[in-house]
Amino acid sequence: MNIDNLSPYILSLVTFVPLAGALLLVLLPRRDRDIRIFSLVVSLLTFVLSLHLPVHFRRGQPGFQFSIDHPWISSPNIHYHMAIDGISLWLVVLTTFLTPLCVLISWKSVHDRVKEFFILLLILETALIGVFTSLDLFLFYFFWEATLIPMALLIGVFGHDRKVYAAVKFFMYTMIASVFMLVAILWLYAHTGSFDFVYVRDHISSIPNFAAAAQWLFLGFFLAFAVKVPLFPFHTWLPDAHVEAPTAGSVLLAGVLLKMGTYGMLRFNLGLFPEQSRYNAPWVIVLALIGIIYGALVAMVQPNMKKLIAYSSVSHLGFVVLGIFSFTQLGLNGAMFVMLAHGVSTGALFMLAGVLHERRHTYEISEFGGLASTMPVYAASFLFIVLASVGLPLLNGFIGEFLVLSGAFQARAVYGILAATGVIWSAGYLLWMYQRVFFGKVTHPVNQSMADLFSVEKAAVWPCAVAALLMGVAPILWLGAIDPAVQAALAPFAQLAAKVVTQ
Amino acid sequence: MTIALLAELQAIPQGVDYVRILPELVLSLFGIVIMFLDPLLDEEKTQKTLGLVALFGTFSALAATWYMSLPENYGLAFSNNVRVDAFSVFFHFLVIAIAAIVILTSFEYMKVQRIRAGEYYALILFSVVGMGLMSSAVELVLIFISLEISSISTYILAGFRRQEASSSESSLKYFLLGSFATAFFLYGVALIFGATGSTNIDLISHALQARPVGLLVYVAVALMLVGLGFKVAAAPLHVWTPDVYEGAPAPVVGFMSTAPKAAAFAVLLRIVFAVNAPGRFWPIWVAAALSMTLGNIGALVQNNVKRLLAYSSIAHAGYLLVAFAMTTSDNSVAGISAAMFYTAAYAAMNVGAFAVVSHFASAGERYVTLEDYEGLGRSSPLLAATLTIFLLSLIGIPMTGGFFAKFYVFSAALKANLMWLTLIGLVNSAIGAYYYLRIIVVMYMREARKEVPVAPVPIGLGFALGLSVLATIYLGVLPNRVLQYAQHSAQALLPQAPPNPASAAQLNSPGVNAGR
Repeated sequence: MNIDNLSPYILSLVTFVPLAGALLLVLLPRRDRDIRIFSLVVSLLTFVLSLHLPVHFRRGQPGFQFSIDHPWISSPNIHYHMAIDGISLWLVVLTTFLTPLCVLISWKSVHDRVKEFFILLLILETALIGVFTSLDLFLFYFFWEATLIPMALLIGVFGHDRKVYAAVKFFMYTMIASVFMLVAILWLYAHTGSFDFVYVRDHISSIPNFAAAAQWLFLGFFLAFAVKVPLFPFHTWLPDAHVEAPTAGSVLLAGVLLKMGTYGMLRFNLGLFPEQSRYNAPWVIVLALIGIIYGALVAMVQPNMKKLIAYSSVSHLGFVVLGIFSFTQLGLNGAMFVMLAHGVSTGALFMLAGVLHERRHTYEISEFGGLASTMPVYAASFLFIVLASVGLPLLNGFIGEFLVLSGAFQARAVYGILAATGVIWSAGYLLWMYQRVFFGKVTHPVNQSMADLFSVEKAAVWPCAVAALLMGVAPILWLGAIDPAVQAALAPFAQLAAKVVTQ
Repeated sequence: MTIALLAELQAIPQGVDYVRILPELVLSLFGIVIMFLDPLLDEEKTQKTLGLVALFGTFSALAATWYMSLPENYGLAFSNNVRVDAFSVFFHFLVIAIAAIVILTSFEYMKVQRIRAGEYYALILFSVVGMGLMSSAVELVLIFISLEISSISTYILAGFRRQEASSSESSLKYFLLGSFATAFFLYGVALIFGATGSTNIDLISHALQARPVGLLVYVAVALMLVGLGFKVAAAPLHVWTPDVYEGAPAPVVGFMSTAPKAAAFAVLLRIVFAVNAPGRFWPIWVAAALSMTLGNIGALVQNNVKRLLAYSSIAHAGYLLVAFAMTTSDNSVAGISAAMFYTAAYAAMNVGAFAVVSHFASAGERYVTLEDYEGLGRSSPLLAATLTIFLLSLIGIPMTGGFFAKFYVFSAALKANLMWLTLIGLVNSAIGAYYYLRIIVVMYMREARKEVPVAPVPIGLGFALGLSVLATIYLGVLPNRVLQYAQHSAQALLPQAPPNPASAAQLNSPGVNAGR
């Protein structure tokens, strides 16, 4: 069979193979070992299939590729329209890359209701991939909402002490916010007669009285995305959700779910409402800067390791929003790269934190100390990931933050200066946390006899480390596909700027 | 018009006139047979046999509806009292299907509750006769009579848990307030007759178009809205709902929260759109906003699942009323079809939810609070998963009927530029997510604190649940056919004045203006 023939169907395959796996899991008998192996096979298969995308992706082309477009429901006019460009390409691969690792990290830590756990995990994967691949606004909204249920159940059923509170808070926050996006989508449909992203984008300016509604539409989309990111005043659900979530839930939450928000801003806010994006950029950037600095400062004082990593996500995602709303090529490339780097390294950090929790059932930093001597492999892996997350050159964190900061400086120097402090803060809180956990004497006798990384855990964490290194030394592999898409996304802004100049 | 005139000439009922009320005839026949058999049959066996007779009756009625729906059988009957068109066929199918599912649910319920009463099934059938007539009647007096037929049967059904005081309370409350409400409706009919000289909907519509409207008409419309608003449990006429739903037998609640409501909405659609009732916009706007808000807020604090679903049904009546706030004729088609789709989707999910509740309640309806549902996800995963699907649909999660129902209503509202009503509705549906979610949370995320026995699901109930799940998901994945049928019926319902060609083209092929 010619592999090229796969191209029209590949997106549907990648999206729905996990779901098919989940349905098969329903039928499988409750033998936990078989269920784990089966889920691993399904998620690896999805990953391998998704590698088809970067391999056959025509770099240098700005438009959408691997497109598939079928009418699904005629009234309303909903199409099954999927396609990816350089922006969504890597987010899909990030999702498929992290899911098998989530299966591995949950190998031992999930004992109860194993079957339900992996069913939810695979359904979640389908929904996440669908968010990035769908180009029909309706389909997008469907997948967007569909991520909520499995994630909320993962937190609420498999989480820790205050799991129900965290799950409901997570659900209500994102559900209420996305209602406003639904209003905006419905408005667009009522006035263009189409849910198709490309069609709406091309015809949006010809809607009568669009100018009056545009600001509200922008806000409708923006609110849904800002809660998901989460941007500064909307972030309070995140620490709760992370602390209570099981490890795999945290990994996907931080690694992929948050990126749905920034992806949405990049795709829909910038794509559909360039003028309003520019108009609103100042306060969005201020919120992003507050997020960067406030997130870092709050992270610094957290006694709980997982909360610390959660707040560090607030800070890192602030970088992404800053890069997006700098409207510079460097900034957008950087934002995309931070998304990917953050997905890999924060995902790994959560896995490593989960490893400790599994052994000691606590995330309190003060409960540990001196682990470097008792768990050397673990300590070394942790250090590597911490350095990647801090932004050490030659590792992935550096490239993204550097690009975002360059873009921010281009846009306005003060943005760059303020954001750059975030880099320093992040070195501060992560390294300080590392020091308290790993160096010094072993203060608690229990920690003397802790087992080092098991082989499944190594298999889960090390691929992240390899990816972090690879992204750090050869970013062009990623940026080669991202850059043309980013330039296309910026095209309306160049026109806007030209219009301002000529006036 | 010519058809109407001809029909007027043929005052003596023809054969085809009887075909046009065939489902009602069939149902009445089966109802009478059940009443007749009840004393003859052995007491132990009665339950099952009479139930099966009733079930067979609903199937025959469905077949009769299908025969009635053949194009040559469309038209007026009995001196313009009844009209068979796509609209009435839609509601016939809906209420009869609801009755069939409720009968399937009742087999087990009646056995567990030890209620021995063949007339139970007969009453369900008689009440469906009333509802069917409500949806096809075009004469206000006939509408009133059929409203009474259906209501009186449901008043009795509500009191079927005779040993329980709460059930009697439910029945009495429903009866007293319901009689008041129908009196209001009747008063409205009288006034409109005074104002226009007719009780025929078509003639009223013409009379209203021909002359400037006086105060009398506004009062009449308001009174009729009050009567129907009570029947659909719209705020501020909703106060009876929680008490009545709490006391009535669970399958009956599943029945009366869907079928009579659907029929009342059908009448409301006729009065609002076919008559083109003047001055209805603000009352409906306010009732919709109030019902959504009060229903959802009331449901937030409920601990009894039946009461919770009662408040939820008030909220859903509010969403439905949003579709009635259309004023121009091309918006109206979107509004009518959205409302029809909503009644169908709501029926599927709510009947299903109540079927689970009534199975779970067990003898004497002991287990109906949220605490009783704790750990249900573990003890009976399939039942919990089924209930979850219904609840997700009630929230309005995509891929369920509930989603498209809300979707059509709100996109129709946006098209009509009802921005505020849409926002109120959408924010409400997000708030509503909270209390449905509470049930799911309790089922899956809490451990059972006490022993709640769950009997295995009997085959009848299994069928009922399977059908409801199937309908809920079908409406969520392939809503096309039902919606197109609803749009088709909507055009039949509107007054004869031809809509402008542009909007007609748009309605016939909604994909055209997408421009691909």
